[in-house]
Amino acid sequence: MPTLAFSSQLINLCAALLLLLSFAMLSQRRVLTLVDLFAMQGGTLFVSIIVVAWSTGQPHLYYSAALTLILKVILLPLILHRLIRRLGAQWESETLLNTPITMLAGLLLVIFAFTLAQPISQLANTVARGTLGIALAVVMLAFLMMITRRKAVTQVIGFLAMENGLFFAATSATYGMPMVVELGVALDVLVSMVILGIFFFHIREQFDSLDLHNMESLKED
Amino acid sequence: MELLMLLGLPLLGSLLLALIGRREWAPEANVLMSAGTFAAGVWLTAHVIAHGPMLVWHEQFFIDPFNVFLVILTSFIGLTTSLFSRPYLRTEEQHGRLNRGQLRLYHSMFQLFIFTMLLALTTNNMGILWVSMEAATLTTVLLVSLYRTPASIEAAWKYFILCGVGLAQALFGTILLYFAAEKVLGNAGSTALLWTHLNEVKGQLEPTVLSLAFVFMLVGYGTKVGLAPLHNWLPDAHAEGPTPVSAVLSGLLLNVALYAVVRCKVLVEGSVRSDLAGNLMMGFGLLSLVLAAFLLWRQKDIKRLFAYSSIEHMGIATFAFGMGGPVANFAALLHMTVHSLTKSSLFFTVGHATQKAGTQVMDKIRGLITSNPTVGWGLMLGTLAILGMPPFGVFTSEFLILITAMREHPWATPILLLGLGVAFGAIFSRVQAMVFGEPSLPRLPHPPALVPVFAQLALVLMLGLYIPPHLAAWYREAARLIG
Repeated sequence: MPTLAFSSQLINLCAALLLLLSFAMLSQRRVLTLVDLFAMQGGTLFVSIIVVAWSTGQPHLYYSAALTLILKVILLPLILHRLIRRLGAQWESETLLNTPITMLAGLLLVIFAFTLAQPISQLANTVARGTLGIALAVVMLAFLMMITRRKAVTQVIGFLAMENGLFFAATSATYGMPMVVELGVALDVLVSMVILGIFFFHIREQFDSLDLHNMESLKED
Repeated sequence: MELLMLLGLPLLGSLLLALIGRREWAPEANVLMSAGTFAAGVWLTAHVIAHGPMLVWHEQFFIDPFNVFLVILTSFIGLTTSLFSRPYLRTEEQHGRLNRGQLRLYHSMFQLFIFTMLLALTTNNMGILWVSMEAATLTTVLLVSLYRTPASIEAAWKYFILCGVGLAQALFGTILLYFAAEKVLGNAGSTALLWTHLNEVKGQLEPTVLSLAFVFMLVGYGTKVGLAPLHNWLPDAHAEGPTPVSAVLSGLLLNVALYAVVRCKVLVEGSVRSDLAGNLMMGFGLLSLVLAAFLLWRQKDIKRLFAYSSIEHMGIATFAFGMGGPVANFAALLHMTVHSLTKSSLFFTVGHATQKAGTQVMDKIRGLITSNPTVGWGLMLGTLAILGMPPFGVFTSEFLILITAMREHPWATPILLLGLGVAFGAIFSRVQAMVFGEPSLPRLPHPPALVPVFAQLALVLMLGLYIPPHLAAWYREAARLIG
C-alpha cells in the first residue's frame, strides 16, 4: 500500500490528465480521434479509481474500476468505432465554432466549477478531495462540447464524457456510490448507447446526414 | 408480496409483449397486464392503509402515504391508457402509420415504462430513483420516435439530449447528497442513500453541501417535470409521439419527476433550515406557469396546446409544494391527482379527434359536437375541467393554492391569477371553435374508447364536489410527511 501522500499525488495527476483530455476533446474536429480521446479519458478514470481503491483498501472500488474498464475503455469506444464505420463517417470532421472563444469559455467554466466545489472540497476527508472541482469542470466542459457541436455522434460523445466526469466525482468525493447504484447507472449508459446507435441510422435515413442543422423544424414560430 | 406483483407484472408484461407483440391480441394482453398491475396497486394500497407505511426487502423499498397514492394513480392511468390505445393504435395501423413491429415495440416499451415509473416511486434508494428516471427516459425516447417521421426523430433526439443532460445534473446532486450522508451514516452497508435513513438524520447533514445538491437535483429532475426554462423538450415530445404516449408523459412522468423533487426537498429543508428550497421551487413554478400561459396563445397544434397546459399545471403544483405547509401540500397533491386524470383523459379525446380529422392542426378540426357528440363533449368537459371551472377537482386544488398564496405570499397572487387567466383565454377560445362549428369529418374504423375518458372526468368531478374522508385523511397524512 503506497503512502497516502503519494497516492494523492497520483490522483491529482490523473485529474489533471482528465481535464487536459476534456480540453483536447473540446477542440478536436475529427470524429474518430474524438472516440480515441474518450477512450483515453475512460482509461485515466480507470487508473484513478484503481489508485483510490489501492490506497484506501476499499474492495468495492475494484469492481467499479473493472466496470469502468469494460464499459468506458473497451465496450463503448468499440461500439462507437463500429457505428462510425458502418455509417461511413470515419473521415468526417466538423467545422468548429471559433476555437479560441470556445477555449476561453471552457476556462471560465473551469474557474466557475472550482469556485463552486471549493467549500465542499474542504469538507471532504478522502484522499482525492482536491479533485471534486476538476470532476465538476469535466462535466461542464462536456456540456459545453454538446452545446457547441452540431453532429449527432459528437453530442453523444459529449454525453458520455459527462458521465465520466460524474463517475470521477463519485470516486473522488465519496469512494464510489453503492454498488447497486453504480451497476444501474452503467446499465443505463450502455442501453442509451445502444438506443442512440439505432437513432444514428434513423437520423441518417430521415435527414440524409448526421448533421443536426437539419433538425430545426420544431421551433416555436 | 404485493410489491413483487406490482413491479413484477409490468416487467413480465414487457418481456411477454416483446415476444408475442405481433399477434392480433397483443393490445388485449397489454390491457390485461395493466389491469393486473392496477389490482396489485389496489392491494398494496389496502395493505398500507391497514398496516401503515412499509419498509421491505432490506429496506430497499419504502411505501408511505405520499408515494402509495401516486402508485395507485400511476397504475390506474396505465390501465386506462392501455384501454384507450387498443382502438387508437388499431386505427393507426389501418391508416398505415404503424406496422406490427412498431406495435410490438410500443406495447413492450409501454409496460417497461410503467415498470420504471413504479420502481421510481417505490424505491427507498435515491440512487435507484435516479436510475429508474433515466430508464424511463430511455423507454419513452423509443416511444416518442415510434412513427419514425423526421419530426418525431427530431423530437425524440431533443428529448433524449435535454433530459440526459438534465438527469446528469441530478446524478451529480445525488453524489453530493451521498457525500453529505456518508459523513453522518458511514458508507458501510450502503445505507447512506436510503431515504428513510437520510430522513432520520437530515438535521445533521451538512447544509452547504445539501443546498448545492438540491440546486443540481432541482435542475435535473425539474427538466423532467418540464419546469421553464428547461421545458423545451416537452411540447415536441408530446406532439410528435403517439397520443397514448402523450397521455402517460403528461399524466405520469411529470408527476413522478415532481415526486423526486419533493423527496429531495424534504431532506434539504430539514438540513438547511432556510427557505432556499421552497423559494427556488416557487420561483421555477411561477415562471413555468406564466411562460406556458403566454406561449399557449401561439400554438397551432392541439397536442402542443395541451402540452403547454401541462407545463402550466406542473408549475402550479411546484409552486404549491414550494410554499409548503399542510394546506398547500394537500392542494398540491390533489392538483397532481386531478391534473393527471384530466390531462390524460383530454389526450384520449384529442387522440380520437385528431384521428378523425387526420391532422393535429387546430384550425382544421371543426364541429366535433355534431360529427361525434361523445368525443366533442369529452373534449369540452375535459377542457372546462383543466381550466379550473367549478365544480371540477382542479378548481378545488387551484382555489386552495390561491388562498394559501394570498395568506402567505401575497405578492404571488396576481402572478398566479394572471397565468390562470391568460391560459383560460388561450385554451377556451381554441377548443370552443373545435367543438362547435361546421363539421366535416369522416367516421373512425374502430369505435373510440371513451369509457376511460368519462370515468376519469367523473372522478375529477367527484374530487371537486366531495373528497371521500379516507382519501382526505390520506392526503393530509402525506402533506404532513412532506412538511
